[in-house]
Amino acid sequence: MDLKLLHHNKDGIEIVDVEGEIDVYTAPRLRELLIELVNDGHYQLVVNMEKVEFLDSTGLGVLVGGLKRVRAHDGSLDLVCTQERILKIFRITGLTKVFGIHDTVDEAIATRKSEK
Amino acid sequence: MATVEVTFTPLPAHVRTARLVASAVARRSGITEALLDEVRLAVGEACSRAVESHRLNCPGEPVRVALGTQGDRFEIEVLNAGSVSATRLAGDPRREPAVVPTGFSLAVIAGLADDVQISETSAGTSVKMSWPLSGSVAAGSPA
Repeated sequence: MDLKLLHHNKDGIEIVDVEGEIDVYTAPRLRELLIELVNDGHYQLVVNMEKVEFLDSTGLGVLVGGLKRVRAHDGSLDLVCTQERILKIFRITGLTKVFGIHDTVDEAIATRKSEK
Repeated sequence: MATVEVTFTPLPAHVRTARLVASAVARRSGITEALLDEVRLAVGEACSRAVESHRLNCPGEPVRVALGTQGDRFEIEVLNAGSVSATRLAGDPRREPAVVPTGFSLAVIAGLADDVQISETSAGTSVKMSWPLSGSVAAGSPA
């Protein structure tokens, strides 16, 4: 399956809904979207990965790159993911300590708002 | 060892095909469902490395993947020409050079595969990964 990317604003936070497979072929599209959002001044991001079917290290690199970009503007990039198959790669690489990973978009927004 | 061999042009789009083939062969060989995701992810990582190396070193040469059973284990070998470590990330705009350290994908593979052997020669790099078979389905028996 190809990659579908949609984004919308909720409570001042840009939500990126990702569906499909994030790999060496599709990850550049996600990277371009994250760069575009940051360039447009969106520094509070939530990437919803509930419909992601596959994620590899290229995709992880894109997410870490996005996090680095928003942090340069004192922003944040949180993830929404409950799928064990996706969470496993975050655990293997130790990135569970780098990203805020939440069960729902609303939880991610609430957590971000409470930390402001 | 190999019961299936795949060669593909070193393009990122074909890595998904290699993953799908690996999943199908692993399932048929008797890998448990719990390990299938690991096989799929590990072969994807190895093929991504290989594609990267070929595109930088020898874009005209195909990447080769060999899959099959060896005793009570399922093995996958991904062969690529050139050394990824020597050329990795050089001028490749698809990557995040500042945030993905060299060897990151190998670390992922090591975390996924039950056994990993990486050998570099002047001809290229071989990444050989294996997992135990469940024993419930004999290789080559009807699915």
